[in-house]
Amino acid sequence: MSLAALPLLDQAVLVLAAMALFSAFALLAQSRLLAAIHVFAWQGLLVAAVAALMGAASGDVNLYVSAAITLALKVLLIPWMLHRLLRRLALERQADPLAHPALTLLAAAAIVVFADWVAAPVAQFEHSATRNVIAISLAVVLLGLLMMVVRRQALAQVLGFMAMENGLLLAAVASTHGMPLVVELGVAFDVLVAMVLFGVFFLQIKDSIDSLDVDRLSQLSASIEQDEEPEPRP
Amino acid sequence: MMWIVLAVFTPLLGVPLLALLPRARVAGWVNLGLSALSLAGALGLAAQVLMHGTLAAHGFRVDAFNVYLVVLTAFVGLTTAVFSRPYMHYVHAEEKRVGARGMRLYHSMYQGFLFTMLLALTTDNLGILWVAVEGATLATVLLVSLYRTPAAIEAAWKYFILCGVGIAQALFGTVALYFAAQHVLPAGANGLSWSTLYAIAPQLEPRVMVVAFVFLLVGYGTKVGLVPLHSWLPDAHSEGPTPMSAVLSGLLLNVALYAVVRMKMLTDAALASSATPGLAGHLLMGFGLLTFLTAVISLHRRRDIKRLFSYSSIEHMGLMSFGFGVGGPLATFAALLHMLVHALTKSSIFVTVGHATHIARTQRIERIRGLIRTQPAVGWGLLLGVAAIAGFPPFGIFTSEFLLLAATMQAWPWLTPLLVLGLVVACAGLFRSAQPMVFGAAPPGQYPVRANMLPVALHLALVLLLGIAIPAALAHWLDQATRLITGSGLL
Amino acid sequence: MDRFLSLAAALLQPLLLLAAAPLLAGLVRRIKARLQNRRGAPLLTPYRDLRKLFGKEAVVARTASPLFRAAPYVVFAATLLAAAALPVFSTVLPGARIADAIALIGLLGLARFMLVLAGLDAGTPFGGMGAAREMLVTSFAEPALLLVIFTLAMTTHTTNLAGMADATLGGTTVLRPSYLFALAALLMVGVAECGRIPVDNPATHLELTMIHEGMLLEYSGRHLALMDWAAQLKLLLFAMLTVDLFLPWGLATRADPLALLLALPLLALKLALLAALLAVSETVLAKMRVFRVPGYLTLAFLLALLGLLSHVILEAAL
Repeated sequence: MSLAALPLLDQAVLVLAAMALFSAFALLAQSRLLAAIHVFAWQGLLVAAVAALMGAASGDVNLYVSAAITLALKVLLIPWMLHRLLRRLALERQADPLAHPALTLLAAAAIVVFADWVAAPVAQFEHSATRNVIAISLAVVLLGLLMMVVRRQALAQVLGFMAMENGLLLAAVASTHGMPLVVELGVAFDVLVAMVLFGVFFLQIKDSIDSLDVDRLSQLSASIEQDEEPEPRP
Repeated sequence: MMWIVLAVFTPLLGVPLLALLPRARVAGWVNLGLSALSLAGALGLAAQVLMHGTLAAHGFRVDAFNVYLVVLTAFVGLTTAVFSRPYMHYVHAEEKRVGARGMRLYHSMYQGFLFTMLLALTTDNLGILWVAVEGATLATVLLVSLYRTPAAIEAAWKYFILCGVGIAQALFGTVALYFAAQHVLPAGANGLSWSTLYAIAPQLEPRVMVVAFVFLLVGYGTKVGLVPLHSWLPDAHSEGPTPMSAVLSGLLLNVALYAVVRMKMLTDAALASSATPGLAGHLLMGFGLLTFLTAVISLHRRRDIKRLFSYSSIEHMGLMSFGFGVGGPLATFAALLHMLVHALTKSSIFVTVGHATHIARTQRIERIRGLIRTQPAVGWGLLLGVAAIAGFPPFGIFTSEFLLLAATMQAWPWLTPLLVLGLVVACAGLFRSAQPMVFGAAPPGQYPVRANMLPVALHLALVLLLGIAIPAALAHWLDQATRLITGSGLL
Repeated sequence: MDRFLSLAAALLQPLLLLAAAPLLAGLVRRIKARLQNRRGAPLLTPYRDLRKLFGKEAVVARTASPLFRAAPYVVFAATLLAAAALPVFSTVLPGARIADAIALIGLLGLARFMLVLAGLDAGTPFGGMGAAREMLVTSFAEPALLLVIFTLAMTTHTTNLAGMADATLGGTTVLRPSYLFALAALLMVGVAECGRIPVDNPATHLELTMIHEGMLLEYSGRHLALMDWAAQLKLLLFAMLTVDLFLPWGLATRADPLALLLALPLLALKLALLAALLAVSETVLAKMRVFRVPGYLTLAFLLALLGLLSHVILEAAL
């Protein structure tokens, strides 16, 4: 089957999925937090659009629900909350450049290849045109993971976490037309609670080390395991 | 059904109730009462399952495998609540490390945590299982940072991020599993229901199941504390309040392992006729052994008492994973028994450790000295707890480890010396730290604290009982569970 | 008749490109001026500049070797040869057989090599600096350009430019994610290769950040005219490459006089649009610092790589 034989909706799904992958790269490379939040919102929009288009292609109402949840949560609510946190912590101009950008991007490209390899046996058993989006979604998940590893800024790590969630949603949409509604709502609830907790944590971290650079959170590894005196109890 | 509601949803009721209850002193009692109600529900459920066999209705499923874990969870929840009431009161009123709001959060989230644990155990839906396990992280993460010290915040952040990353992999695995199910099931069937999946497992596509299992193992394995992803565990245990350490070690790890084993059952069935029938077991064995050995080495030269015992938890989780990985009725029976006795012993140890740290006013091992002189009950509790966890004969852990070694001898004889060596090294590491804490010279100015050793005594007595004679009903259950997991019983 | 026509068209193509190159440069400059609320120089100014330069005496530094004199001719010839291979009106002309994308990159590489040598040859600090920077840009841009070509070649199964255009024209309209990425990468690389903002500023000799102009500082008279013309031709070449690879609609697939005639205005329109796009982006963007250029080109490379990957993952395995 060639790409040209696909209905236009499916082609659009592929294009949007590829753009979601690009947004994962952009998120990884974006050093300015404010811009990164915007990239994240775009990524959410792309994922929601994929869900909605697949819904239109298959007539599955469940997918519209997924799209609506994603739109509400990942495009509007969570970016808004992050935005507010950024303002509250006065981090609007904060940048968190990657230590080794070229190396990171190479690793990211390798991850995409790896994701394709891992997802190949899964995709093999699906006959719909959009099955290869599974590989893309796994790549988005793993790129989010990479982002959490290479970034030092707590907020950037949270963006990585949320990007992983985007990838998971894309995976669910692409492979199984979404999870059952109750599970989807549960996941959305967990993500929302996680976001609220992240917000609480930012304030706690800021209070305790006056920065959101989590590299400075090295009390435990530095003092407790070695011979030094631990933190005196207040 | 009524019992399920009582057991599982009583804690859920407690979440808003305790969040709104202003009096910390009352909240402690309410916490205890709710946990007791939940235990009553769990016992009722157990009686039902004992009489009628597997219960499956309305998206819940209680069979031999999870019913004893439900009872265990509710029981440890209750005893820890008994311990937590005076302990947290001391932390709140005398040490002043936690304010009134913190206490409300603590009690509310304690019940929230119990709810997620019980929900994860009783639900039939693998998606809900995921939601509940993730919910358990969310409920406990703020408790780990309850003391607001930089170290506590770091521990909580690490816990949050690492478990968040791990659990995301588990969701991907769940999606892959659902995907495999959709290709077999007719439209409209619930492809995430474990009962449904188990019935059709042999038809599930093996290659998809391998991918799904690897992701699920990584995901839930992070929560179990399997080795490359275990580093959150000692931090979270050492920095959170001690009752939290007790339930984390005693319950959360068990529930995560329970999830892994449920997935393994599906994968084994799907792979049975493929080229690699034992793949899931081998993976679990490999990670289990790696975890066990790493933790055994890490047991030495610890400086923080709670970190010491959290490494011991990692060690035992490694052993259990190894046991489930070896497969076969004997090893599985041993691992199931080990889940039970380890949870009981470890939570009793953390209760004792909580008292010990209040006596010595520090968690540093070298400053905790002479407990048996200052407060004999705590000293004896620690000594017996350590003896039990190290696998000394009359206790239940000896039984389960012995069974596990016997099973290993049958299946993988050349791994047995490695396991024995590991157990000996672990025992040495534990006693090396515990001996001076119990028998050393007590520093001047060390006074006894008000300690309720009832939970410890109860737990250790149960472990002792299980070591000497396993009650027939329990043996029957464990045998049923073994039959469920491996296909053939032991008894 | 057909044979004669196609031969004539094939010969006409490079000449037309040569003639149109200064016009495109003038057009970009003019649109840019309008966007910045200036009147701007007339469209034909680049022609007048060239004529003026050809009329002037060429001064060569005493330290310069014969290479310095030869370089402008080689650069010009190589660029022209590369341009000659491009299908302008039609994909079936005789020249189409040699219109290989990789050969094209090779010819451009030769031109750049001579340019860099000439920049070094004069021995001035600015020449050396420009040469070093040019090589820096190239080492990032060339792999990206090759990746773009590979991505398209995987879809069209040829590296022949005419063949690629044919394949795109022959198939039905398809949304290809790989093409989107490749197009974005090609535009970014083109901007860098032609020394436009934000990588280089062709309009000034005053900045210490200049790249291309740094190498030309020692040239004058007809040498400079040839170099300038070659640079204008290169801009047109990249524009044509974009048109041929991504927007070939209107290109004649037969050697038919009417189709050939029709191709011309369409082509002019497409080129004008690209010129407008370039002018807008040059107005909106500011020139970046030289040490940021690798980052920009890494992005281009990444886009090209993503194009390749999305082809393999999403399109090839269907």
